[in-house]
Amino acid sequence: MADAKITSFNLSCPVPRVADDRIVLAHGGGGRLMHQLIERIFMPAFANDALEQRHDGAVVSVNGSRLAFTTDSFVVRPLIFPGGNIGDLAVNGTVNDLAMCGARPLYLSAGFILEEGLEMETLRTVVTSMQQAAAKANVKLVTGDTKVVDKGKGDGIFVNTSGIGVIEANVKGTIGPASVQPGDVVIVSGDLGRHGIAILSVREGLEFESPILSDCANVWPAVDALLNAGIEIHCLRDLTRGGLATTLNEIASDGNICIKLEETLIPVEETVQSACEILGLDPLYVANEGRFAVFIPAAQVDRTLDVLRKIEVSQGAVRVGRVEEIPGRTVVLQSRIGGNRVVDMLSGEQLPRIC
Amino acid sequence: MKFLSEYRDQKAAGQLAGAIGKKVTRPWTIMEICGGQTHTIVKSGLEDLLPKEITLVHGPGCPVCVTPIELIDKAVAIAKRPDAIFCSFGDMLRVPGSSKSLLDAKAEGADVRIVYSPLDALKLAKQNPEKQVVFFAVGFETTAPANAMAAWQADHDSAENFSLLVSHVLVPPAMEALLSSDKCVVKGFLAAGHVCTVMGFEEYLPIAEKYKVPIVVTGFEPLDILEGILMTVSQLEEGRHEVENQYARAVRREGNRPAQKTIAEVFEIVPRQWRGLGEIPASGFQLRGRFQKYDANRRFPFSGEPARESPECISGLILQGIKKPHECPAFAVKCTPENPLGAPMVSSEGACAAYYHYGRRQNHLIQPELSGPAGR
Repeated sequence: MADAKITSFNLSCPVPRVADDRIVLAHGGGGRLMHQLIERIFMPAFANDALEQRHDGAVVSVNGSRLAFTTDSFVVRPLIFPGGNIGDLAVNGTVNDLAMCGARPLYLSAGFILEEGLEMETLRTVVTSMQQAAAKANVKLVTGDTKVVDKGKGDGIFVNTSGIGVIEANVKGTIGPASVQPGDVVIVSGDLGRHGIAILSVREGLEFESPILSDCANVWPAVDALLNAGIEIHCLRDLTRGGLATTLNEIASDGNICIKLEETLIPVEETVQSACEILGLDPLYVANEGRFAVFIPAAQVDRTLDVLRKIEVSQGAVRVGRVEEIPGRTVVLQSRIGGNRVVDMLSGEQLPRIC
Repeated sequence: MKFLSEYRDQKAAGQLAGAIGKKVTRPWTIMEICGGQTHTIVKSGLEDLLPKEITLVHGPGCPVCVTPIELIDKAVAIAKRPDAIFCSFGDMLRVPGSSKSLLDAKAEGADVRIVYSPLDALKLAKQNPEKQVVFFAVGFETTAPANAMAAWQADHDSAENFSLLVSHVLVPPAMEALLSSDKCVVKGFLAAGHVCTVMGFEEYLPIAEKYKVPIVVTGFEPLDILEGILMTVSQLEEGRHEVENQYARAVRREGNRPAQKTIAEVFEIVPRQWRGLGEIPASGFQLRGRFQKYDANRRFPFSGEPARESPECISGLILQGIKKPHECPAFAVKCTPENPLGAPMVSSEGACAAYYHYGRRQNHLIQPELSGPAGR
């Protein structure tokens, strides 16, 4: 080895141009950049009471009924993945956003943006899945739209669905971050990370002994059961893009609360955990499409878990943490070895590490 | 999970931390070399378990952090060529060059792709014969064998539209550079386990001897690191300065000979610029001999403006362990993962990003407006 003695260090670092003059992929990643986009571009333009709720859907009153209204666009690649396709994803995604408002899903719209050259058989598969998912969720697809774009200007199929649901009479108070109380317990409805890893395993060509299937599902039956059992639901949020970590950060921030998680309680299947280790990803940030978090009073934990575990979509429900007595707009995790750390919101896309 | 869960066991962690507490009699500063180790330390809150006498400082072993700005600029320039497909490991994409990152270039239309292996990039070259496929070959000795293999395979297959933009760096010269600086505060090292799986640890013996410093080859799980710290502290307290191997389940004294042979066939040792540290002699690899035709540096001559540098980022001090990230005035104020002033704030292995994401609470730096969506 050559003698590496050097006498002085050049201590310097660059100041980059701030990349805010164009949309980057991370603006759609569900992390902090997306929130900046919402706060700086959309909120100032459209601000109103319903939007201010900052929920998965808006709750509005019409002639004395409380309705929930939501919309979502789906741009997944590959279009067909283990455990589902863009069709059932588009139906369940919007149905779940309504469910998170405590609303019984009723009617959906569907807008299709199709790319020239798409195989008709693929479209048929997707539409059949949508029909089956809608039937299972007991919602009707009542209006729609179709556009076709030039080859290369789309990714096969983009789908937008909007939905209307009705807030049931047995919903007490407002479901949302503002209703969360110190001492509340956080429950997740099942193991985490399946959807994101199912998609990534196809994209990266990873094969496992038993394939990881997306958790894509309609969660309304679980929410319905909680409402019928008279559980006092303080907040509900599905754990889609950005995963549990991002969702809890949003709630912590909007509700001015500090949430403490215990790593040993967080359910992640071993195959999903292995894939995350290989890909250099953190399952806390991986997307789910059939999982939600619910905040409830500590006194109702056992009954809530009983109710949830009797419903197929939430039979893996477990307690993962609680709301601390002190405010803080923070999510903290007690690690497996007993140390503490902040669980931050992702700043952009979760990128695989080098080594 | 086998080979993971047993290295994250709370009871065993507590026992190791207790043993460190019994052994230590005075303050010691220990540097973990590798960014992967930094990541584990901060992510598992491992410092909560250590006695106050132990200070961990975070070394220069993050390839994202030490890749020079000029090279990022070059990567961006190549990526923007209409005939190029630029391939990289994921976390290089966000690193700021003097005006842009690869992600910015992608947003402007460049064909930038994340790959998990350089051989995937070579596959892309074969699938796209009309394109120039360039792989950003960064990293330490750990990634060198795979990158060498890609060059070797390209040569074997005569893949003419494939090249490597090489920025390989080596650990031992960087350790010597740190140790020979009169500002050095480090009394013991946790050497990077994965680097040693490839290179073995014989090359650390003269360093331990010359600088009278204990070096413990250490793995990446919380228990590995606690055990590595215990072994280092034991040496320090007993006045020893040896090379020891904590990561024996993966590292052999002589390393991986076939991998070393491939590296030696494809690469030669050259001086390298380290971002934040400056040039270190004999501290990197570049393609040698018949493999030079796969050198993107030669294939795509680049005459950009000299990279702009700013005095605000103290990444040099951080990479030497002289300062901790939260001691930087810009930390979490002007410098955040969305708007990084320097590379250590970019990669999940970077010390500043690790502190930002995981550590602000324990350093009493939590500020409500920083922990929620920015701008609220």
